[in-house]
Amino acid sequence: MIDPQARPAVAPMYRLQFEPAQDGWVLLYPEGMVKLNTPAAEILRRCDGRRSVTEIVGDLERAFERDGLSADVLAFLAQARARGWVHPGAAP
Amino acid sequence: MTAAVKPPFWLLAELTYRGPLHCVFCSNPVDYARHDAELDTATWKRILAEARALGAVQLGFSGGEPLLRDDLEELVAHARSLGFYTNLITSGVGLTAARARALKDAGLDHVQLSFQDSTRELNDFISSTRTFDLKSRVAAIIKDAGYPMVLNCVMHRFNLPHVGRIVDMAERMGADFLELANTQYYGWAWQNRAALMPTVDELRDAEAIVAAHRERLASAGQAMKILWVSPDYADARPKPCMAGWGAVFLVVAPDGLALPCHSARMLPGLAFPSLRDTSVRRAWFDSDAFNAYRGEAWMDDTCGSCDQRHADHGGCRCQAFLLAGDAAAADPVCRKSAHRGRVDALLDAAASAALERTREAPLRFVPGAAAGGGLVFRGDAASLALSAPIDELQATTP
Repeated sequence: MIDPQARPAVAPMYRLQFEPAQDGWVLLYPEGMVKLNTPAAEILRRCDGRRSVTEIVGDLERAFERDGLSADVLAFLAQARARGWVHPGAAP
Repeated sequence: MTAAVKPPFWLLAELTYRGPLHCVFCSNPVDYARHDAELDTATWKRILAEARALGAVQLGFSGGEPLLRDDLEELVAHARSLGFYTNLITSGVGLTAARARALKDAGLDHVQLSFQDSTRELNDFISSTRTFDLKSRVAAIIKDAGYPMVLNCVMHRFNLPHVGRIVDMAERMGADFLELANTQYYGWAWQNRAALMPTVDELRDAEAIVAAHRERLASAGQAMKILWVSPDYADARPKPCMAGWGAVFLVVAPDGLALPCHSARMLPGLAFPSLRDTSVRRAWFDSDAFNAYRGEAWMDDTCGSCDQRHADHGGCRCQAFLLAGDAAAADPVCRKSAHRGRVDALLDAAASAALERTREAPLRFVPGAAAGGGLVFRGDAASLALSAPIDELQATTP
């Protein structure tokens, strides 16, 4: 479980970038690439090591005009952390 | 055809065939010394830009030893500005702390460092250089500079018994990935196949040790991942070579030849396009050579009627040529191949040789003996001799 106050960041091994040829966001890593769906990309793009999980959730809820995204975002971040895509970052 | 063909995903830029090591399993072509006219910086930049515009994402700078090119930093910076994810594939020779930082500043994303063994003796013997201590220092330089690091070790009869110690070494060095690359028999490794080939039992023993280490690493929450490249002769499963001919992988050789893999330039009858005078787009989509084994139309009945053909793409064309004399045949490692007997004969010979060794004496590693046993070390003189035209051979024969 990720602390809502943690400030997650994309792990140094990975690079998040938009690929015109894929028409979407991808995570690049040594010898591979993960194609991200839109929700995954929107979450990871906000994992900059400065915003807390709570702030990321708020930001997404404003951007997509939806409430109650917290559980989904936390579940995704837990998965992303297990795969090594993000470092959870310390709570301040 | 073009409509169904996807652009290259991965570009391997072999910047030079020059290199300080003399590994007996080098993946460069045996006749590399006859292709020594290297592309200039401007041409490489054009090739990188064209490949990236088509959609290529992964870029490996390889060789030979890419650090021998003094424009490497410039090429890395160019690649990074284009949006490539860049990988330096190196022996470590020439990677000083200053150069590691300069490459980092240029935007290099990660480094793959080769080792030949966990011991100085075997590392230095197999590469015919004194590089083990240097490589150990370079591993620390790579980690200190903050790169993700892949350690690559080509595995064969001599170092398979050390596989546990190789895993330990990689962990100590802080590797993120350890690639245990069982020898694939092409190029120099094909020349040395009799000396390098392990027995099936030796491979199974090593694989079990790797499996145990993987389990240990996972349960301890360690991040290092181990890749065990299938020894396809023993596993008898055709590899989906390059994920299909001309499907995702584009190699550009030092002289500008566009190739679907490291070794394809030795296949007869294919005119591979040179990127000196052909665009990446034309070479990839339109050249006869890249279309020769795309898709499934070229397959014979063995592959064409097989339910695995979408998964393994018929295996490896170079292996089919080397073992069956026909690049369009089913990969002879496959049990369905009419030529599987030739693979079994090589494995049987390895088993007999191992039995012979146990009869002779206690197992002991004797470099001089192995060299006398017919190993051919990669080098310019050996390259020229092995690729000499017949008349040249006769002229030099006393």
